[in-house]
Amino acid sequence: MNRYPLWKYLVIGAALLIGLLYTLPNFFPEVPAVQVSSSKATVKIDSGLLVQVESALAAAKIPYRGAALDATGIKVRLSDTDTQIKARDALQATLGDNYIVALNLLSASPQWLTAIGALPMYLGLDLRGGVHFLLQVDMKAALEKAADRYTTDIRSLLREKKVQYSGVGREGNNVVIRFREDAERTRSRLEIEKAFPDLVLRDTDAAGGDLRLAATLKPEAQKRIQDGAVQQNITILRNRVNELGVAEPIIQQQGADRVVVQLPGVQDTARAKDILGRTASLEIRMVNEEPGAIEQALAGQVPFGSDLFTERSGSPVLVKRQVVLTGDRINDAQPGFDQRNNEAAVHVNLDGTGARIFKEVTRENVGKRMAIVLVEKGKAEVITAPVIREEIGGGRVQISGRMTTREANDIALLMRAGALAAPMEIAEERTVGPSLGKENIDKGFNSVTYGFIVLSLFICAYYVLMGLISTIALTVNLLLLVSLLSMLQATLTLPGIAAIALTLGMAIDANVLINERIREELRWGATPHAAIQAGYERAWGTILDSNVTTLIAGIALFIFGSGPVRGFAVVHCLGIMTSMFSAVFVSRGMVNLIYGGRKKLEKISIGQIWRPAATTPATPGTPAGK
Amino acid sequence: MEFFRFRRDIPFMRYALIFNVISAITFVLAVFFLATRGLNLGVDFRGGTVIEVSYGHAVDFNRLRAAVDKLNLGEYSAQSFGTSNTALIRLPLKEGISSAKLSEQVMNTLKADDPTATQQRVEFVGPQVGKELFENGALALLLVSAGIVGYLAMRFEWRFAVAAIIANLHDIVIILGFFALFQWEFSLPVLAAILAVLGYSVNESVVVADRIRENFRKMRKASVTHVIDNAITSTMSRTIITHGSTQLMVTSMLLFGGETLHYFALALTIGILFGIYSSVLVMAPLVMWMGVSREDLVKPEKKPGLEGEKIVP
Repeated sequence: MNRYPLWKYLVIGAALLIGLLYTLPNFFPEVPAVQVSSSKATVKIDSGLLVQVESALAAAKIPYRGAALDATGIKVRLSDTDTQIKARDALQATLGDNYIVALNLLSASPQWLTAIGALPMYLGLDLRGGVHFLLQVDMKAALEKAADRYTTDIRSLLREKKVQYSGVGREGNNVVIRFREDAERTRSRLEIEKAFPDLVLRDTDAAGGDLRLAATLKPEAQKRIQDGAVQQNITILRNRVNELGVAEPIIQQQGADRVVVQLPGVQDTARAKDILGRTASLEIRMVNEEPGAIEQALAGQVPFGSDLFTERSGSPVLVKRQVVLTGDRINDAQPGFDQRNNEAAVHVNLDGTGARIFKEVTRENVGKRMAIVLVEKGKAEVITAPVIREEIGGGRVQISGRMTTREANDIALLMRAGALAAPMEIAEERTVGPSLGKENIDKGFNSVTYGFIVLSLFICAYYVLMGLISTIALTVNLLLLVSLLSMLQATLTLPGIAAIALTLGMAIDANVLINERIREELRWGATPHAAIQAGYERAWGTILDSNVTTLIAGIALFIFGSGPVRGFAVVHCLGIMTSMFSAVFVSRGMVNLIYGGRKKLEKISIGQIWRPAATTPATPGTPAGK
Repeated sequence: MEFFRFRRDIPFMRYALIFNVISAITFVLAVFFLATRGLNLGVDFRGGTVIEVSYGHAVDFNRLRAAVDKLNLGEYSAQSFGTSNTALIRLPLKEGISSAKLSEQVMNTLKADDPTATQQRVEFVGPQVGKELFENGALALLLVSAGIVGYLAMRFEWRFAVAAIIANLHDIVIILGFFALFQWEFSLPVLAAILAVLGYSVNESVVVADRIRENFRKMRKASVTHVIDNAITSTMSRTIITHGSTQLMVTSMLLFGGETLHYFALALTIGILFGIYSSVLVMAPLVMWMGVSREDLVKPEKKPGLEGEKIVP
């Protein structure tokens, strides 16, 4: 009666095999590696690059333990961290700016394991160290910015169409155009409606007989702009992160207006924060050079239509409020050298509209200064304020003079990563140093190991052979849980490790229930085979019920938890499910294997079974006497 | 080996009132501490910045405070964390200062003061996120409670569901009461522990309820009190062994898990200890007082003949 059909053993065997295979990669140590990936969508990583990488390493006489090409890029394994850094420098020098060369750690597991998708568990930031940011996109600012853009566009349109208007300005999210004549208003209304279908126009006449036309974005256009703002910001963040050279960055949208940035394994967290934290937008404006204006401003009377900013060097600049160009007109900015005098310079490439505007502005303002303003959370800083030497057409601009190579690098980076569609603010930050991560792994590992050892010893002592079976079932549970986590590449956090420990402590409940039940049955005179049968069957309903309630808690945690708590929930839920399989199915399999074949089973090794001395003969089925 | 040798059923229900009074007193105390002292909400819920700094030597807190004081950050706290070489600095939310700047400012000052200072960890939670985390925590608690009540009502009977959730929610309040009394920091992992405990100690109620139902079927002549006493007594051994096993793992976390897991494990410990007590000794009397009866749990067995009669018109 206590026998499993062959297929059940096969299922157990298969589960064990798969569990072992996918747990295996976790036992291999991590080796330092260098990862090459492309920094631009247009640059492809292929086997040609692999050859290039290999020859570059050979040329630099750097020994390496294998280079492989996969979906994320080329990974080169190296023997130690010193050669890792040497290899990175060598590769970055040969490959140039189109590629990101990042330091990484790779599992030393053999190729065939990686080939079947068996990877080590994916460690969370609290275990491997790194930076986590939750950035909040300022949607109100995104809309205001769009309104600003429309203000400029409407102004040029009306000029182009020779419409007589007395003023265009932004009021909140609306663009308001003022007129003297009603006919002009009607005409401009038609022109604007034709040119900008996203705008809703309505007449709003002010009290003083002022003729006004207000343009508002349609709701669907607003939504599009907001979505676009988040997307653009993500792209820009990705560029910035690329500058950092992080091996496996995560940049994702979360909710409607948030972006998560995770940079695992970043050693220099301050620099990462610095570059990411530049939640800035870029504007190009003219410097107000009217005689006496700057002195007046310094005295506290900033002329109307101008702002007083400070340059990076510390000297004050008076900048006109009107924005010539915003950062989204900049296609690219690269550090380089001025060909005439070999000074450090920044080469800027503008898009079509940007180029046209720039040409116009530079033609009118030769000899005057132009300021590149970085606006960071309402605070503006002038990166540089170069003098316009000549009319610049074609959209190729060179900014040079009085800067070091490093400054040129910084300015280029800022301009390139430049304009966020809307400002962002850090809503949450979690930074963990690498040594703390290592410490956390050790602590988590020790908690699980020592707890598990003591628990196993106790269960084995208490239930003897059945205890050993329970312990093996618990080990199988651990094996399956780890393999499942590796397979799913779910993020393992310190609370996740705690969940492993807790789940093991809870999973033993099923075996305790079963073993206690078997003892009880034996106590009341059941034959060993019947006791096993009844023990497993009766306990099953209870196990299921209690696991479902635990699962409910786990799922709620998963839905509402964030970050490390979600890691806890994932492990907890998976652990509950694997425990039902191992504690009931696998342990029964073992029991059946050991006892099932014996026709005349006299005794089960489940420890001493105490029988009350003055036992009244038990009525069959009555669980306890009185 | 057999630890538990009960010659006869322990008359738990005779002392039902006492158990519930003990429980009620603990509960009232917990509520009192929660009301008067409040929870020491961690940075996760309250918002603010936490910086963990390690030194090459034991931390000199006077020097550290003197350095941080210079920054004029308002109220903050600094204390040792785990080892004497590590300091934890907690800074409240401050308007107009971005977190990135704040922690950098503090670290730069500390580094200038003592070059061995290294930043181990920074956590910043903005006011909005903190509020959301808190709301989500409350929602999760509600969802878990509703889910458990629903499931138990479906599998057993509404009285069990209500009794189990009362017993277990009052555990939660008691855990919170401990956190309020000792002003332990209430963080996200602690919340996770509490929800896990809720799911886990309901197990206990389930096991007992299961046995009560089974006893109703088998002990046809026994009184309700007797049925419950027997159910508790015969599951006693399992209860102690299981919780002992779980507690072994939790103790291991308490000993080896370090500071991060400390309060998590502590919440679990309190939860497990009170869970045993309340999910058995509070839940069972509640069920009894709500007047559970054999008929509620044991569906009358249908005789095949009866059904046949119904089909035939």
